Amino acid sequence: MEEVGLGWWGVPLAILAGAIRVSTPFLFVSLGECLTERSGRINLGLEGTLVMGAMSGYAVSYLTGSPWLGVVVAGFSGILFGALHGTICSLPKVNDIAVGIALMVLGTGIAFFLGKPFIQPKALHLPAIELGWWSASEQVRTALRINVLFLIGVVLVPALLWSFKNTRWGLVVRMAGDSADATLAMGYSVRLIRLVSTACGGFLAGVGGAFLSLYYPGSWNEGLSSGQGLMAVALVIFARWNPARCFYASLLFGGAGALGPALQSVGITASYYLFNAAPYVLTLAIMIFTSSPHRTLAGAPSELSVTK
Amino acid sequence: MPFRAGLEAVLIPLAALIFSMVLFGAVISLVGVDPLAVYALIYKGAFGTWFSWQNTLRQTAPLLLTALCVALPAQLGLVVIGGEGALVLGGLAAVAIALAVEGAPPVFVQFSMMLVGMTVGGLWIALAGVLRHYRGVNETISSLLLFYIAVAIMNHLVEGIMRDPASLNKPSTRHIGDANMIGAIPGMDVHWGLVFGVVACIVVYILIFHTTIGFSFRVVGGNLRAAKMAGLPVGRLIVISCFIAGGAAGLAGVFEIAAVHGQANASLIAKYGFTGILVAFIARHNPLAIIPVALLLGGIEASGGLLQRRLDLPDATKLVLQGIAFVVILASEALFGRIRFFQARPA
Repeated sequence: MEEVGLGWWGVPLAILAGAIRVSTPFLFVSLGECLTERSGRINLGLEGTLVMGAMSGYAVSYLTGSPWLGVVVAGFSGILFGALHGTICSLPKVNDIAVGIALMVLGTGIAFFLGKPFIQPKALHLPAIELGWWSASEQVRTALRINVLFLIGVVLVPALLWSFKNTRWGLVVRMAGDSADATLAMGYSVRLIRLVSTACGGFLAGVGGAFLSLYYPGSWNEGLSSGQGLMAVALVIFARWNPARCFYASLLFGGAGALGPALQSVGITASYYLFNAAPYVLTLAIMIFTSSPHRTLAGAPSELSVTK
Repeated sequence: MPFRAGLEAVLIPLAALIFSMVLFGAVISLVGVDPLAVYALIYKGAFGTWFSWQNTLRQTAPLLLTALCVALPAQLGLVVIGGEGALVLGGLAAVAIALAVEGAPPVFVQFSMMLVGMTVGGLWIALAGVLRHYRGVNETISSLLLFYIAVAIMNHLVEGIMRDPASLNKPSTRHIGDANMIGAIPGMDVHWGLVFGVVACIVVYILIFHTTIGFSFRVVGGNLRAAKMAGLPVGRLIVISCFIAGGAAGLAGVFEIAAVHGQANASLIAKYGFTGILVAFIARHNPLAIIPVALLLGGIEASGGLLQRRLDLPDATKLVLQGIAFVVILASEALFGRIRFFQARPA
């Protein structure tokens, strides 16, 4: 097959491809955070969980040779951190935002501490599906090489949406998020619901972290995550606690993250660092435009501390 | 403050710190290192010799100022965690102004560095305050996003127009010149940032607890609705407190430039802003308590190198200790008011 150059068309293509690749961790973390926040708690510690998931996933994949086992272990490390957050926040007078910051520090600390020996070795990566086999262009093929985890994330979106609406569990979680009093009156334990929701949210964030180290960028180092976990929290607010909107917002953020490298690939390097800040600026801009000092946001769980 | 309540405020965090040291020891022994050896090395690296004391004090200086960046907005109920961004931009602005007024008398250069660095740092955090009050944007998230943006701005300028062509491997700005550097406190190898930090803590303490505006800060933090009913200018108070807070972090950046590095490069991002968050939380946002806590955590920072060299522990060891301490300290909040001994006896 002959190589076909795409020239400037490569930029939108690279952004699209980047959107899919970069968005996967956003997608998982935001879905997890969406679940947690729907139960009435905010977990800022998902940044730490993400790094922890990346490290444990990479380490397990390297040691056992099975990237999927790595993903599972990453998820379980996420459950551990989620449960820790949930437990500490169950104590009286404890601020969930502050605990999140603390777990961010602890998660990254433990990940760097235990992950030191795994910076050098190469672990097996997660498999990808070639959806671009029909194209002669290498760029198109690279763009359409889609990771299985992304597809799992895509399936999770309607599943979560459906469960929030139609299952007993979904209803109970939403009730805990909207009124702790009503939940108590119904005979459920608010603490337990929030603990389980935070733990499950942590699982998803851990899986998102495994994507970072096992697929894209696909290695373990200390600069792997740069605030993705935190941006995902902001993204959930932007998505108004709706899993479907979380998906669109993740794609948007992924695209913004791919902007810098995409422009660099066609030779625009002048403002590389500024373009790299695009996701942060975008997050901030979106928060400025969607927040309001006068009313709580539509769709916000009313027990949530950030929206009060 | 009644004696027993004061005792409570000291003993509970202290017990929490000791408990976190024990937990940290457990983690350390998991990787097969003797925790007692680690404790001994931390003590030695932090406070064991005059050399390590000076090292500790050098680390303490920026922590005092970045902790204020968290503690002051906390009086109004805000959780600002982007002090590192104000530090970075404050330092960068200091370099810019020093190079702009090159050739002026050193005292003038140093004064303008402080003024400009504090203003830029202050405006950066004030932006988070403005967004909080006028747009309802959560200040915790916005201030952290502002940190990442600050780093991008610094990289852009240091790799671009402010780059010294002579810096090849590590892009840096030009050096501000040895004459313009702020020297050491006489008799010790510690720069003046330490004195400024301690003074700043005392000044902010007086501001919070002995002035009208400080009282207004605390009313806003205690009960927002009551503050509004009383006619306090809540928005202005939020922005002012954030400006002062950012100014403190910006000053930390100025000293990192003017007393340590002399030029802006990646070394400026040393995460003092993030350790400052922990300092403020352990000190329970009391500016006077920040002084001993910053010394303690400065000691842990200073001993990191020794742990790395002697026991071959990764640099992140201190991050693990900090993370554990942070979590335990927050959990210990639940103990306040629960231990009968500390409660005032009914008269």
